[in-house]
Amino acid sequence: MDTLVQVLLDGMLNGMLYALVALGLCLIWGVMDVINFAHGEYVMVAMYVSYWLGFLAKVDPLISIFAGGAFIFILGALTYKLIIHYTVGKPPLSALLATFGLAMLLKNLCLNRFTPNFRILSDTWLGDRTFQLGFLIVPVPQLVTAVLALLVIGLIFYMIRSTRFGWAVQATAMDKEAAELMGINTERIYILVFGIGGATVGIAGGIMPTYLAVHPEVGTMFGLIAFICVAMGGFGSIPGTLMAAILVGVVEALSGYYIAPVFKYVAVFGLYLAVVFLRPKGIFGW
Amino acid sequence: MNALKRKDLFWLALVALAALLPAVSAVSANSFSMHVLILILLYASMSQAWNIIGGYGGQVSFGHSVFFGIGAYGAGMAVVTYGLSPWPGILIGMLAAAVVAVLISYPCFKLSGHYFAIATFAIVEIFNRVFLVWYWVGGALGLDYPIVEEGLKNLMWYDTKTGYFYCALALFVLVFGIVRFLEGHRFGYQLRAVREGQETAESLGVNSTAIKLAAMALSAALAALCGAFFVQYNLRVDPPMVMSLDMSMKFVLVTILGGAGTLAGPLLGAAVLIPLQEYTRALWGGLGGGVDLIIFGLLIIIIVVKQPAGISGIVRDIAKRIGRRPTAAKGGTSYGAA
Amino acid sequence: MALLEIRDVTKKFGELVANDRVSFTVDTGAIVGLIGPNGAGKTTLFNCISGLLKTSSGRIFFDGIEITGLPSYRIARMGAVRTFQVVRPLKDMTVFDNVLVGAFLHATGGTQARETAETCIGMCNLTEYADKPAGDLPIGIKKRLELARALAARPKLLMLDEVMAGLTSTEVKTALELIRRIRDNGVTLLIVEHIMEAIMPIADKVVVLDGGIMIAEGPPDQISSDERVISAYLGAKFSRRLQAGRKEGTHA
Repeated sequence: MDTLVQVLLDGMLNGMLYALVALGLCLIWGVMDVINFAHGEYVMVAMYVSYWLGFLAKVDPLISIFAGGAFIFILGALTYKLIIHYTVGKPPLSALLATFGLAMLLKNLCLNRFTPNFRILSDTWLGDRTFQLGFLIVPVPQLVTAVLALLVIGLIFYMIRSTRFGWAVQATAMDKEAAELMGINTERIYILVFGIGGATVGIAGGIMPTYLAVHPEVGTMFGLIAFICVAMGGFGSIPGTLMAAILVGVVEALSGYYIAPVFKYVAVFGLYLAVVFLRPKGIFGW
Repeated sequence: MNALKRKDLFWLALVALAALLPAVSAVSANSFSMHVLILILLYASMSQAWNIIGGYGGQVSFGHSVFFGIGAYGAGMAVVTYGLSPWPGILIGMLAAAVVAVLISYPCFKLSGHYFAIATFAIVEIFNRVFLVWYWVGGALGLDYPIVEEGLKNLMWYDTKTGYFYCALALFVLVFGIVRFLEGHRFGYQLRAVREGQETAESLGVNSTAIKLAAMALSAALAALCGAFFVQYNLRVDPPMVMSLDMSMKFVLVTILGGAGTLAGPLLGAAVLIPLQEYTRALWGGLGGGVDLIIFGLLIIIIVVKQPAGISGIVRDIAKRIGRRPTAAKGGTSYGAA
Repeated sequence: MALLEIRDVTKKFGELVANDRVSFTVDTGAIVGLIGPNGAGKTTLFNCISGLLKTSSGRIFFDGIEITGLPSYRIARMGAVRTFQVVRPLKDMTVFDNVLVGAFLHATGGTQARETAETCIGMCNLTEYADKPAGDLPIGIKKRLELARALAARPKLLMLDEVMAGLTSTEVKTALELIRRIRDNGVTLLIVEHIMEAIMPIADKVVVLDGGIMIAEGPPDQISSDERVISAYLGAKFSRRLQAGRKEGTHA
């Protein structure tokens, strides 16, 4: 029983991380119906930013999350401006394939510059800390990431729901042309959404190098899981993505512990297939 | 219709030229250039197999590495696990791939756009993991080929690559020939109609589900055949080598780069990517510092954004500018209707 | 002999009743017009007949066989082929290839299919466009393509959905001649039309829908003086004025 709760805790914490990564994709997918295949690679780049800042300049990850956020914001905005902008009129697969090209580009640039070696940040303020909560061992970096995730998700959700900017985003998502007729600069909205989507990922990548090894391939699985969370949660639904992400984290942890580590992702992907065949619009989709 | 026959003659001449290449000693003596040529033929065939469902059919599947892998394992197990010649394994592999393809696609075709794409990723990952732990197929260690007698019966040659070259050429002729045939007959037209507008096609009597499943089955069987050749050439197979997302993306991207929905596209794409890949690896060793993929990534971005019809689209535009009689391309300029 | 029989066909979208117990027949060799104001349910009825939509209730018979609920490709194969109101060319294929897809439905081989395609293209005056991609053409040509493609599928019943919309009056005349020729070749026609001058001259029978209900059925001249029809198109007030005008002997 104790182990079950521990596993559940680890799964939920991990799920929160997935939620933060998926949030960016949810925004992008919801507003412009684009799958950013390079989303996972954004995570990888953010992790490298945090790693190098920490390794070379001894900047603590808690601070470099801001640098990561800013860096990926710019990366996201550039991705839109230079690539996605041109795929808007074309079949939806264009954006997917173009961003796959971007993913390949980013991954191999990092491979080329940084070698495939695995790297981990040690000597940070949070370090390997854990604390006891009864019988539970709570890992501090993961907990901080989870709390951060909730904060950011809540912030973005509030922003979309209750600010003028957020309403402009919703309007653009529902009908781009109508929004333009209302005087909304949809081009700017798209740039900002891609930027914000990137920034959230940048923040997510910030603390991870303390407990997750950084290497060029690390982003791929994050990307896939982000897609799954967004798809299962229902197109464009932030609460849906959050729930789906926690579900994914829990399923991954449970199947990893009780079946076999290699089957973690089989369960997650199997879950996706089950949901999508039974409820094609996602759990909360519209 | 004369334009068609001219095109066919061009292809036949190309194949004849290729068949004569090993006779040129400068080529056949250089093992590396033979290797590059063989890989070009293999990747062209693989991509052409994908082209059937992905280009002509408009169903962009990222799951083809599963079929490729089934074909590889089919041949591999026949040789390694059962000590037979690979041929029975090849046939079984092709059949199994077709069956798996139909079983998977039937529910998947009900999904739209992005959901379909992600479902195909999910399937690759599942197969990958399953094969990693499956004892019967060799698990994570994969299958390593023993030394057997050379020749066509065992589909293996050790001294030179000439045997493999002609095999690859035969594979190329088979796959391209099938697609060329279908292109001009009822199946090809109905398949493309489904791509351009499923409801419209059905209003003209096309059973779109049956056509898509048939295209998928054929595509999978041919992909499996390519996988079988791969393992016979590589003498080794394990799950990450064949049943991976990276391999799946190669099927897709080579075709997109060359021009999906066209006959020449897969060859053009392979002819660009493979030399790029092999020569950068030769120059920089190992993974080549990923330079080939950096360039490939850039190329993909540029192609998708600027010229979705790929290299064949670029060639077509140049031909138009030179002022030859512009004939509308057979096949598609778009590679997917969501 | 009724080629097509619609019996009490009703189609609901949630609470909205698009077709309400519509019943009529189309005799073999006839040209039947289906008219009615916007939103009357004409295209919905077409979609039910051609299998694109499932009826909520009611039955449809074609050539003596019940086709209610069959998928659209089966209905097309049986010989009931339709065109779309908003044209649907197969964009990345040439005009010729578009028509060829239609021809392959019944052709026994490539050669026969190509012959059929060429005939239909000739009939619809599309020969000069044959090699052009269908997506790039002006709307009038696209409409002709839609027609040629449906013809190539050798229909027994050809269902045209607003084929004349957007055509100039000269183009309408040419289209009418073409339709007459098609009927003379043994094809039965069910035509949804919005433009009176287009349908009244050639129809043997006209069916009028309004708000999902069939309000009149009969020969064209009977329909054009039917009070309910006039009222549906022009409103009750004008209809009364018309009636008053007629009583006084003045033409409307």
